[in-house]
Amino acid sequence: MANQSFVRNEMLGEKRPPASQVGIVSWFKTNLFSSVPNIILSLMALWAIYTVLSHILPWIFISSWSAESLKGCRADIIERYGEGASGACWAVIRERWPQLLFGFYPKELYWRPVLAMVFLMVALSPVLFAAVPRKVLWFSALYPFFGGFWLLWGGTIWVPLAGIMGFVIAYLSVALLPKLVGSLTATILAGLLPLIWWTLLAGPTIGTLNSVSAGMLQDRYIATTEQLVESIEAEMAAEEDVLAVESLNRKLKTATKRLNAANSMGEREDNIAALEIEADELRASLPSSVKGVKDLVDVDDGVSDADIAALEEALSVESKLLTSKQQLAGVYKEVGRIGPLSIDSDQMGGFMLSLTIGVTGIALSLPIGILLALGRQSSLFVVKTICVTFIEFIRGVPLITLLFVASVLLSYFLPPGNNFDLVLRVMIMVTLFSAAYMAEVVRGGLAALPKGQYEAADALGLDYWKSTRLIILPQALRVSIPNIVSSFIGLFKDTTLVSIVGLLDPMGLSQAILADQNWNGIVWELYAFIAVMFWIFTFSMSRYSMYLERKLETSH
Amino acid sequence: MSVVDNNKPEKVFRLSMLIYDTRFRSMTIQVIALMLLMLVGAWLVNNTLNNLAVLDKELGFQFLAEPAGYDINQRLIEYTSRSTHARAALIGILNTLLVAFLGCITATLIGVTAGIARLSKNWIIARLMTVYVEAFRNIPLLLWIILMMAVFIETLPKPSAFRGDNATAHMFLGDAVAFTNRGFYIPAPVFNSGSTAVVVVFLLSIVGIFVFGRWARKRQDSTGEILPTGWIKLGIFFVPSILVFFVTGQPIGLEYPVLKGFNFNGGFHLRNSLIALWFALSLYTGAFIAEVVRAGIQSVPKGQSEAAAALGLRPKRVMNLVVLPQAMRVIIPPLISQYLNLTKNSSLAIAVGYMDITATLGGITLNQTGREMETLLLLMAMYLSISVTVSMIMNWYNNMIKMRER
Repeated sequence: MANQSFVRNEMLGEKRPPASQVGIVSWFKTNLFSSVPNIILSLMALWAIYTVLSHILPWIFISSWSAESLKGCRADIIERYGEGASGACWAVIRERWPQLLFGFYPKELYWRPVLAMVFLMVALSPVLFAAVPRKVLWFSALYPFFGGFWLLWGGTIWVPLAGIMGFVIAYLSVALLPKLVGSLTATILAGLLPLIWWTLLAGPTIGTLNSVSAGMLQDRYIATTEQLVESIEAEMAAEEDVLAVESLNRKLKTATKRLNAANSMGEREDNIAALEIEADELRASLPSSVKGVKDLVDVDDGVSDADIAALEEALSVESKLLTSKQQLAGVYKEVGRIGPLSIDSDQMGGFMLSLTIGVTGIALSLPIGILLALGRQSSLFVVKTICVTFIEFIRGVPLITLLFVASVLLSYFLPPGNNFDLVLRVMIMVTLFSAAYMAEVVRGGLAALPKGQYEAADALGLDYWKSTRLIILPQALRVSIPNIVSSFIGLFKDTTLVSIVGLLDPMGLSQAILADQNWNGIVWELYAFIAVMFWIFTFSMSRYSMYLERKLETSH
Repeated sequence: MSVVDNNKPEKVFRLSMLIYDTRFRSMTIQVIALMLLMLVGAWLVNNTLNNLAVLDKELGFQFLAEPAGYDINQRLIEYTSRSTHARAALIGILNTLLVAFLGCITATLIGVTAGIARLSKNWIIARLMTVYVEAFRNIPLLLWIILMMAVFIETLPKPSAFRGDNATAHMFLGDAVAFTNRGFYIPAPVFNSGSTAVVVVFLLSIVGIFVFGRWARKRQDSTGEILPTGWIKLGIFFVPSILVFFVTGQPIGLEYPVLKGFNFNGGFHLRNSLIALWFALSLYTGAFIAEVVRAGIQSVPKGQSEAAAALGLRPKRVMNLVVLPQAMRVIIPPLISQYLNLTKNSSLAIAVGYMDITATLGGITLNQTGREMETLLLLMAMYLSISVTVSMIMNWYNNMIKMRER
């Protein structure tokens, strides 16, 4: 009998799946309409989307970009889209966007923040993307001093140079001192010497350098300022618009004032020399009962009235001397300025301010946060207690109270007469605030690390800093990247709070614009613009963190 | 071997050992750190005292007993402009706690719903929730609060729109609730004589629910029988109170808001500032809670629910007995820190004029008395004590639900 058994020796071709399992119909069935509750939910969602979009889309697109005021906008829209049409008045954004970007920064100097922004991109590129050559990191290291600070605030170059000098001192003491005084002392000195330089020596040095450069540049400064005065006067003669004349007049006044100050430099120096001699003489001739007394309050009881009068005279000359010295320092600063025009902080504003505060906070809070987290994990009781107290205190209070502290209280903690800029104070507070949160994020990463890693590092004979730097931190930071970035995003969003202490970030500016007569009554357009701008920044940050996570993923 | 003994190093203490000997080094570092801390602290205190002396100011909290002299429109307890600054601060704290309490409840509801919906198999719902979460997480809260305030002022009708025969707006729920651009008007409860009994019975029935729950669990442990506890608890919650309410002759009534002249009278007035702050805080924190919930649910491995199903548990019990207890362990700590964030963020109330503690003590009181140091210290102490209390509760709860490992 022939073998009837059948063995198929070739595969059947694949059949197409049934029509109900593929294609758009099946997709809708499985993803939208799989069951009765799902059908209801889907329909409700579709209806909600339709309602929202049907209101918002016409409002966005039936709009006016060209008008000069809200009234003009409404008229423009009715003219173009017919009676009864209404929509967004984007003209306010068109008119005010320079302000929303730069605040009250002088118009003719807008190139400076723009250039600073471009440099920021370059400086960030090697940090963000591994493909960029490592040499660009030198640029990133110098950026904060020149690209960020000097370009935005202007002023003389000695200030950023003095800032860098501190780091140079730290580097030199690490490189040279160990042979002389031993490695640990050298490390301590590397921390202390720059601090001494910045707090005590840098200020007087900058003052001296200013006076030197002022002596050298005086003639040139006078010449250029004279030219400026002449050109403004010529312009004023040609101008007819009252407002323009007014603003030119203001410029002229500043220029004349500067010219006079520059011309009076020698006179002021002589004056100070004379005052110094007079003060020394008065001091020397003081009766013994009040000799060496610096303040009327410190005078002992039972000193005769004549002696007190003599002291008063000496003190008044001394205070006069001090004031003239301060004034001369101001003149030196302006005349001897090697660098761009200096800009006051109250002229900063808009997204430029948000970015400046945000980027500074981000750049500084990560290292401080890492140190705090390490301190919190430390076995040294005192260090640990300090770190825990700091972190828990900052995390326990809202940022707005810290900003209040920055705006009204911080000057109390500094020596009398020492009052620095509000933007700087706010930056310090935002950085400290963010550092405490960063510390907790990094601590989470440190805690997630298996104990074996610490023990293995110890077994290799690495000391604390080496094991932390080479073994612990790289792993801990990688684990905490998502949280670090969401902390950055939080910080960037929190920069809007500075509007509450009176800085003109976009939120603060929006209130100012709404108060303008032309735009009174505008509500949604400005907020929508600000929201979209923030969304773009923060959303791209969160996408970048996802990219980084994927890139650093080492598991299989 | 005696050679070695003879060469034993002498036990002398040298100063360099403070730095190079690991036995002493940690002590040295700590002493230096402590000294630096004290130096900086002394410097700060010294500066502060000098500055205060220059300004002729003295530290002291007597100003709290002086009359405040300003009005607070949204308040939970009695307050007039003749009340003290301390009273104004108390009103502020209560307002902070009020908005934080309301916000935590709604933010949890919104967040849990959105978090679960983001994992839904329904494509459009999942996407919609993603849009919600990304929009609220990436835009500053301050903007949301101000925007929400603008929404209420611009889109809701004026009280005058409710007037007359051809009114353009109308009240809801049988003339009980009015949404106007000045805020929401809702009925206020009125407690007449005899209402004490109802309240007491209501409180007793809540106690009863707990007692019943424990009893039912004990019974289940010993006999294995399962009671429909949910329904019985619901019954205990409602039935006795309602019975007493009708037996005593309906002593608790509702006072409806009524339109008088150009505004509503009576009832309870929830101001725009409160509502805007509440909504914005809830939606903003809700987006963060949604992410927390999603992460928590995703953290329970699928094998857990499959194993529970293999044991023969029904889907509802799988959720209640296996998945949720494990997910909760992941969800609760970040959830509590979101509550804390919400409470701290409520300080942004100042942007819409809601009189919370920051606006009363840190705002008007500070400006009127000029006592920056004292008011800000008090303000920070208030927030700190709220935070510390909540973290203590959180730590206690965490210990309770911690996995018991051998």
